[in-house]
Amino acid sequence: MDPFYTNELIPALNRGLVMSTMLIIPSAFFGLLGGILVGTFRVFGPKPIQRLFNAYTAIFRGVPLMVQLFILYYGLPNIGIYFEAYTAAVIGFILCSSAYNSEYIRGALLAIKSGQLQAASALGMSKTQALVWIIIPQAFRRALPGCGNEMIYLIKYSSLAYIVSCIELTGEARAIAAQSFRFTEAFTVVACYYLLLVSIATYLLKKVEKRLAIPGFGTK
Amino acid sequence: MTVPILFARDICVTIGSNEILKNVSLSLPKGSLKVLIGPSGAGKSTFLQTLNHLIPHDSGCLELNGKEINLNNKRELYAYRQQVGMIFQDFNLFDHLNALDNVAIALRKVKGVERQTAHNRAMQELKRVGLEDKATLYPAELSGGQKQRVAIARALAMDPTVLLLDEPTSALDPELIGEVLAVIRDLTRDGLTMVMATHQMDFARALAHEIVFMQDGEIIEQGSPEELLQEGTSSRTRDFCARLVTAIDDKR
Repeated sequence: MDPFYTNELIPALNRGLVMSTMLIIPSAFFGLLGGILVGTFRVFGPKPIQRLFNAYTAIFRGVPLMVQLFILYYGLPNIGIYFEAYTAAVIGFILCSSAYNSEYIRGALLAIKSGQLQAASALGMSKTQALVWIIIPQAFRRALPGCGNEMIYLIKYSSLAYIVSCIELTGEARAIAAQSFRFTEAFTVVACYYLLLVSIATYLLKKVEKRLAIPGFGTK
Repeated sequence: MTVPILFARDICVTIGSNEILKNVSLSLPKGSLKVLIGPSGAGKSTFLQTLNHLIPHDSGCLELNGKEINLNNKRELYAYRQQVGMIFQDFNLFDHLNALDNVAIALRKVKGVERQTAHNRAMQELKRVGLEDKATLYPAELSGGQKQRVAIARALAMDPTVLLLDEPTSALDPELIGEVLAVIRDLTRDGLTMVMATHQMDFARALAHEIVFMQDGEIIEQGSPEELLQEGTSSRTRDFCARLVTAIDDKR
């Protein structure tokens, strides 16, 4: 085999893969958690909180992620806030992914019949208890396909981390390609890496969906 | 005179410019079954929901065992609701929980009962409504009558002093009504205090201690089934029931 692959490209991409994974996993987890919180506050929160989180969603869905990352990494130091490249990227991904996920969760929450909340209240549950034990578990199941979709997106937009100098898969591939001028090979292989990551995520998401499946909720 | 278990005094509810309830008062002695009847839009459902404050009233007050409930105090309201169980027309079982957990969840999360104890208690209540063999099934797998019986078990598990039933059989197929009414009949025999809105006149006639006739947000008449429904009496209730019967006959 061409030593370009075995000695240069693959070791670099494997290094990038580790970094990508370290970006994706916390971003996906906290992005989902954030989405649930933001979505719930946007539907059931007090009016001022609803407005606040609506504004948050409008901003983070409305501004290109690349611009958000630039602001986080290059802009904030102007007001004395410094982030490592990795931290800036993860924060950016979590904020963006939360905004998108909140919309899936919001839709699912609105689809839950008001009788569920009434029945919970009639048993003496507080609003918070009803949300935590009755409403959110149902909404989460309904939102899961959408949130899964957002995670798949996240895997791919994690490639933007390299523009704030956090060198992950795409960053490594770019460096190797620029060095060797073998763009086609480098990016074809990196494409396979992403495809693999997405396939694994799809498989895991399907497993989770199956695990959470309940008669009357999604998969039979 | 003994203090009623639940007393609603001069309840008024206005939504927009619509007066839904106009000074409705109701007193529930221990162990009594009061049946609310009246045309749709009379305010029966709204009234039942004000009784556990799912719909807030604009004026009036609620007393449990002679003590006025401070509904602005969240803690007091939640404690009050535990005492006043509610059965809904469309069941409102928690769709993501099986029958057993539907009954156990409030015991665990509201009363803080430990998991195993709560499950034992839930099983006991499912037995009471004849559904112990359906404990692991989800609402989507139960018939309407079974769902309503689980809902009754869920309310009973909280040891309520009063049970409110909002047309518990209206969403059921005719052949399933009997099984739910049988459970409610058993509850009256056990001496549970209940208010029930229903169109099941035969049931009301046989078991109600008092029939309360509502129309346009007001209580028009109340009295024992004998007083209101006997041949020869001229009550609004009797008129209404007669029309109900003719309507059914016309359909046939």
